Amino acid sequence: MQTITTLQAVYQSLEHVMDPEIPVLSVLELGMITDVKVDIEGVHIKMIPTFAACPAIDLIKENIKNAVERDLQMPAFVSVDKEVNWNSNRLTAEAKEKLRDFGIAPPGRHGGEVNLDMLIKVTCPHCGSENTYLRSPFGSTLCRALHFCRQCGMMFEQFKPLS
Amino acid sequence: MQLQQAIQELITKMADDELVIGHRNSEWTGLGPVMEEDIAFSSMAQDKIGHALALYRILEEHFGGTHPDQFAFLRNAKDFRCCHFVEMPIGSYDFSLMRHFLFDHAETVRYQALAQSKFAPFQHLAGKVKGELKYHTLHADAWIIQLCTAGEDSRWRMQAALDNCFQLAGGLFEPGPAEDLLIAEQIYPGEAALYKQWLSHISPVIGKAGLVLPEMTSPVYGGRTGQHTPYLQQLLNEMGEVFRLDPEATW
Repeated sequence: MQTITTLQAVYQSLEHVMDPEIPVLSVLELGMITDVKVDIEGVHIKMIPTFAACPAIDLIKENIKNAVERDLQMPAFVSVDKEVNWNSNRLTAEAKEKLRDFGIAPPGRHGGEVNLDMLIKVTCPHCGSENTYLRSPFGSTLCRALHFCRQCGMMFEQFKPLS
Repeated sequence: MQLQQAIQELITKMADDELVIGHRNSEWTGLGPVMEEDIAFSSMAQDKIGHALALYRILEEHFGGTHPDQFAFLRNAKDFRCCHFVEMPIGSYDFSLMRHFLFDHAETVRYQALAQSKFAPFQHLAGKVKGELKYHTLHADAWIIQLCTAGEDSRWRMQAALDNCFQLAGGLFEPGPAEDLLIAEQIYPGEAALYKQWLSHISPVIGKAGLVLPEMTSPVYGGRTGQHTPYLQQLLNEMGEVFRLDPEATW
């Protein structure tokens, strides 16, 4: 039953499921999808939230289910994968570029642990200056921090690096 | 005591601490001294309540416990196992900030230890929570140092807040009846060990801030055996008010 073409169709469908808080990124680009299987019952998708207390998780699950069922005309079952934890290295390079264009500084790549410098030394997504400071590690959503750029005088948000 | 029961008690006290401090943090929403602090305490509230939910889910899924919402909203104070420290009203910002500093470092050492637990659900949850807590302690450390080095009046107020909080914070490490069993089974290293690690985490910041660490002479125990301050029932009445209007409602 599981064919490569069906799997491809599922991934194509997922490319159009956007994060409700960062509408320029799909759940695939965010690295939220951990497994896709197709069997006689339908499509089984495993996903993970970026932050444990993410309030958007149920909405995202619902959006995935609806998109896949609509595009493939098959039942879809979406569950949270308890074996895998999200970390910010799961963001694709393309996703980071889109984040920057959206005005959010992307997280740097970490080597297993996030050090203080990664939180504090952040390039301004507006003017590219490195003359910035961390205003608060908490922003408008759990996955963002607030920074200020001394060069262009703008506040900006950073997608937090997470190990 | 059976190991299964001991693990459930450990989860319940941790989860109740998270839920109650989360609710207290949320009381700063709209009232923070500056906008960033308003957002910070609101975000931390969300994180803590998320951690509580994850722990209540472990109870539900691994021990046949009740649904997390019902467990959180329908119990009375005497059935809660949180410590007095988290029950205290938010007071002024210096008290809340100091509580956040002491609590979040305690939470950090706890989850660091749980990352090595023989109880697999702890390992997984700890992996997730540990990274997030870095932002909490970064926030707490930065403000403690900033306020303590901002002048004599400011430093004095932070010292008073530390003095007010310290014995209460000792209650986070109230040992349970099954410590030896949990340690032997490598579920966690026990409260006494966590307390020592906690001291080694907070001491450098306390030193940098120019504060004097009080002696832990009489840690405030009782919460883990269901004895609470009157503040807890008041908090629970408010927290569960809407839920209890219609416990069967779906949202």
